[in-house]
Amino acid sequence: MRNKTAKYLLTALAVFITLIHAIPFYILITTSLKVRGDFSSRWALPDYFTLENFAIAWESANLDRALMNSTLITGGAAVILIILGSMAAYPLARRNTKLNKGVLILFVAIMVVPPLTALVPLYQMVVGLGLMNTRTIAILVNAAAFMPLTIFLYSGFIRSTIPKELEEAAKIDGCSTMGIFFRIVFPLLKPVTASVLIIACVFIWNDYQFAIFFLQSSDVHTLTVTMDSYFTENQNNLGLVASAAFMAMIPMAILFLFLQKYFIAGLSSGAVKG
Amino acid sequence: MAELTEKGQVASTKKPKNYTVTKEKSLWWMYLPAIALVTLFIVYPFFNGLRISFTDWDGFSQTSNFVGLDQYTRMFSDPTTWTVVRNTLLYGIGSTILQNVIGLGYALLLNSKIKMRTLTRTVIYLPVIISPLIMGYIFYLIFAFQNGALNDAITFFGFNPVNALGNPSVNPYIIVLVNTYQFVGIAMIIYLAGLQSISRDFYEAADIDGASPWQQFKSITLPLLAPSITINVVLNIIGGLKLFDVIIALTGGGPGNASQSSSTFMYSLYFSRQDAGYAATQGVLVAFIILIISLLALWYFKRKEIEA
Repeated sequence: MRNKTAKYLLTALAVFITLIHAIPFYILITTSLKVRGDFSSRWALPDYFTLENFAIAWESANLDRALMNSTLITGGAAVILIILGSMAAYPLARRNTKLNKGVLILFVAIMVVPPLTALVPLYQMVVGLGLMNTRTIAILVNAAAFMPLTIFLYSGFIRSTIPKELEEAAKIDGCSTMGIFFRIVFPLLKPVTASVLIIACVFIWNDYQFAIFFLQSSDVHTLTVTMDSYFTENQNNLGLVASAAFMAMIPMAILFLFLQKYFIAGLSSGAVKG
Repeated sequence: MAELTEKGQVASTKKPKNYTVTKEKSLWWMYLPAIALVTLFIVYPFFNGLRISFTDWDGFSQTSNFVGLDQYTRMFSDPTTWTVVRNTLLYGIGSTILQNVIGLGYALLLNSKIKMRTLTRTVIYLPVIISPLIMGYIFYLIFAFQNGALNDAITFFGFNPVNALGNPSVNPYIIVLVNTYQFVGIAMIIYLAGLQSISRDFYEAADIDGASPWQQFKSITLPLLAPSITINVVLNIIGGLKLFDVIIALTGGGPGNASQSSSTFMYSLYFSRQDAGYAATQGVLVAFIILIISLLALWYFKRKEIEA
């Protein structure tokens, strides 16, 4: 009896917390449905129904171009992180030489140093290289920023999960190191690759700090930078901003809702192994 | 335990180990591309930043003058530096405490067998995948002075509206709150994974011994969660100390410099005030602060883990 009451109370608490956390999304929706000049309370839904804001925002915010830029940059960085990161992690996990120990410490140290300290000189260097306002530089900088974490996750996984015997057997059969890595080890890294994709790609997709430094021309703007300038241009028409923000959130939200299981598992296993 | 097996292994494989050390190759060419990338885009610019912090470079000229420690004396006598450092620490440490306490509370709640667990977890985690900049704008709809959801509610109940974002003694706390709301889901998931890895046997034994729920939490749950606590604290501190997007969206660092963090201050020094040398000096300070605090946190919580 007492247990049952406690269970009801806990469920009520969960409902309450869920409602509190849903407030920002509710406000975003009510705002996006109200036309310009409607200053009714943000808590109230309008007594009319129109998707006018969404239509105007889609026309004027260039979200399709931004979506393409974000996809290309995140995808490019992900490919670099997966290939270079797993390749780098392999000897660091398997060969215990002095050099390798030193290199692993170097990567951990870089993880603690914030990339933001490097931003001012990096900006100068990027201008010098002629890479300003290119997707290439956004890909490279984001890949570099998340490389230490990626290597850390991969090397932890290789050390704790991949049996060494497999590689030894392949070696006896005359397989080269490259062959061992790409044919035997790499296919077994799928679970940790999922962690890397989920942790790093969400942050790269949402990156604002690098993008605002290096992607200043509007044809390379990502979703976040596009939203930033759209907000500045339409500060007196927040209904438009809310509609654009809602649409900008959709791709990642759909991905999350469908792959939620992998998101949760990727984050927990990444954290536990790391 | 771990030490014992490790020692055992070392003892039994001593000969083959020596043999492999001489034969073992570093395979350094496999991590060469990764090192090149990180060196070019992080390590080299970092040291270049150290050099720039001793100059009066304006951020775009070809030339700059070596000014010795001038930027450093300027930094330590600049009152804004202390506002910025105070805010940066508040964002870092404040968010870390809130995210861990609330995240652990949520994890405990969702670890019990209640209905709607999945829905609650989804709603709490959803903000993690949304851009902090967009999240900042959504919260602008709530905290804005005119027609913000907060003031709509306050005036509905007959009170005077509050200028939450324009008040320098309040808005840094709002930024902490928004950052916590956004990332508490990560802490929750990591704690949930930690809780689920604790064997039920411990609690059953404690029940037989008549331990109260609070005693069980203190003596079983917390010590066994120590690795999760370490990861969460370090992740949240580093994230909070680097806070940028939310501040830009909510207050732009203002009014004046009242809610500026190191990141936003550096950004405004570089782009709005053409003061790149000084921006680099501020960058050195924040790197130093982050390094010290994350090492301290790592050391403190790792020690707890070993004790547990």
